[in-house]
Amino acid sequence: MIQIRNISKTFRQNNKVFRALDGIDLEIAEGDIVGIIGSSGAGKSTLIRCVNLLEKPDSGQVLIRGKDLTTLDSKSLARERKKIGMIFQHFNLLSSRTVFENVALPLELEHVHKTEVSRKVTALLKLVGLEDKAAAYPANLSGGQKQRVAIARALANDPYLLLCDEATSALDPATTQSILQLLRDINQRLKITILLITHEMEVVKSICNHVAVIDHGRLVAKGTLEQLLSGNSHPVLRQFINTNHMSIPQELYKGVKEKYAEGLFPLVEIELNGNIPFEKLIDTIYYHFQIPYKLVKAEVEYLGKANFGKLLLHLLGTDKSNENAIQYFNQNNIKNTIKGYA
Amino acid sequence: MLDSNISLLAKGLGETVFMSFASCFFGFVLGLPAGVVLFLTRKGQLLEQSFYHRLLSTVVNVFRSIPFIILIVWMIPFTRTLIGTSIGVFAALVPLSIGAAPFIARLVENSLLEVPQGLIETARAMGASPFQVITKLLLPEALPSLINNATITLITLVGYSAMGGAVGAGGLGQVGYQYGYIGYDAFIMNAVLLLLVLLVFAIQFTGDKLSKKFNHR
Ligand SMILES: Nc1ncnc2c1ncn2[C@@H]1O[C@H](COP(=O)(O)OP(=O)(O)O)[C@@H](O)[C@H]1O
Ligand SMILES: [Mg+2]
Repeated sequence: MIQIRNISKTFRQNNKVFRALDGIDLEIAEGDIVGIIGSSGAGKSTLIRCVNLLEKPDSGQVLIRGKDLTTLDSKSLARERKKIGMIFQHFNLLSSRTVFENVALPLELEHVHKTEVSRKVTALLKLVGLEDKAAAYPANLSGGQKQRVAIARALANDPYLLLCDEATSALDPATTQSILQLLRDINQRLKITILLITHEMEVVKSICNHVAVIDHGRLVAKGTLEQLLSGNSHPVLRQFINTNHMSIPQELYKGVKEKYAEGLFPLVEIELNGNIPFEKLIDTIYYHFQIPYKLVKAEVEYLGKANFGKLLLHLLGTDKSNENAIQYFNQNNIKNTIKGYA
Repeated sequence: MLDSNISLLAKGLGETVFMSFASCFFGFVLGLPAGVVLFLTRKGQLLEQSFYHRLLSTVVNVFRSIPFIILIVWMIPFTRTLIGTSIGVFAALVPLSIGAAPFIARLVENSLLEVPQGLIETARAMGASPFQVITKLLLPEALPSLINNATITLITLVGYSAMGGAVGAGGLGQVGYQYGYIGYDAFIMNAVLLLLVLLVFAIQFTGDKLSKKFNHR
C-alpha cells in the first residue's frame, strides 16, 4: 500500500552538507505493523516525516495507494494528510485546549458539525480509555495519558495509516507496553496500518510484524524479526539485542585463570541466535554429553519459537566431554567463547 | 474648588484610560497581523519569505526608533487630514496607535516564537491550512503571552499618552502639565502622579490575572 522509492534527503547547515537519507526503499502492506529501528541520528525521524511530506525528500517517490505524494500541490497534500494520523515522542498536545478539544481539533479543521464532533470524540476517548478526562487539560495528565489523547486525536479523521515517531520513548516500560497494546488493538480492530520508528528493541519485538534497520541514512536490513535475527543478523541489529557482554561475577569466581590447567573447568559464553531453543541446548549438554553444569548467567529473549540471547555456563564435565560439547556447538553454528577456567 | 479639581482629574483620568485602551486596540489591529506576518515569513517557518520578512522587519525597526514625542509632531499633517484636527483625545489616537503598532508587532512575533515548533508540525500533519494554523493553534497557544504583552503595551501607552498631553492630547498628562506645572498647583501635580501610578498598577494586576486564567501549561 505504501511504497517508499529511492528516497534521499540532504540537509545543508552552515555550508555543511549532511546526507540524512540515502536511497531508501521500503514497502508496507495494508494492515501491517512495520517498525524501523535505528540508533539516534540514524535518520528515523527524517524518514517517517518524509512519508507525509513534513520533510520534502530531495528525490524519490512516496506512493500511497498508488498516489505519489511528492507531486501533489499543498491543497491536495493537506487532503491526503488528513487520512494519515501521526503521533510524536513529546505528544504535541495543545496546552490551551482540554483533552476533548484536542481530540476535536482535526474535526474542527474539517468543519464537522458540533453534534457529530461530540459523538466522535466521546467514542475515541472511550477507545483510548480516557472518557473521564475529557475536561482535563494536558498539563494535568501523565505521559501515558497524554499519548493516549494524541492517539485519539490522530484517529479522529479515520486514517488508514498511523505514523508513530518514537511514540513510547518518553514513557516508562510499563506505560510503553500499555501504549503498544493500544496500538496493536487499533491495528486489529480498526485495520489501520502502522509505521513506527524507535530505538528500542522492546517496541519492535512487542508489536511489529516487519522490521527494517536504518543506519546512517540507509536501510541495512529488512524482513520479519525472526528473519533478521537468525543466521548472520546485521551487526547494527545485533547491537540492539545484546548490548551488554556477559561479565563473570567476581564474587563467585575470584580465581578465574586464562589458561587451562589440571582440575579447572571452562566458563563458556554461548550466544543463542534463534537456531536452537534454550531448553534443548541445556538438555543436550546434560543428557547427551553427560556434563553437569552451572548456569552462571542467562539473558534469553523469546520471540515466537526462536530464542535469542546469551548464557554463561560453567561446564563441569570431564575434559573429554567438555571438548565434545564445544565441538557440537561449533558444528551447529552456536557461537561460543571460553571466557576462562575455574 | 476641590470639586472642580476632582472633576478635572476625573475627566483627565477618563481621557487617559480611553486613549490608552483605544490606541492599544488600534495598535493591535495594525500590529497583530504585522507580528503574525513577521513570524510566518521567518526562516524555517510556514510561509518562509526572506525578502518580505526583511522588508517588514526594517519598516518596524524604523518606526520603533523614532522617539514618540517626535512621532507626534512629525505626524501632525497626517493626523490633521485623517481627523480634521491635531489636538484632542481623538487626534492623539493616531500617533499613539501608529507608535504602538511596531512595538506590538515585535512582541507578537516573540510570543509566537514561544509556541513549540512541534505543535505547528502537528497541525501541518493534520492537514491544517496556514490560516487554520494561525487561528486554531498559534494565537490560542500564545494567548497568555499575548495578554502579558498587551499589558506591557497598555502601560507604555499610559506613559505615551501623558507625554502627548504636553502637546495638546488631553488626559492626565495635560492636566498635570497645564495645572500642575504651568499653574504651580502641587495638589494637582501629586494627584496626577498618584492616579497614573494607580492606573498602571491596576492594569498590571488585571493583566497578570487574565494571563494566568488562560495559561493551562
Ligand atoms: N532540519 C535539519 N537540518 C539539519 N540537519 C538535520 C535536520 N533534521 C535532521 N538533521 C540531521 O539528520 C540526522 C538524522 O536526524 P533524525 O532523522 O532526526 O534522526 P533520528 O530520528 O534517527 O534520531 C541527524 O544527524 C540530524 O542532525
Ligand atoms: Mg528522532
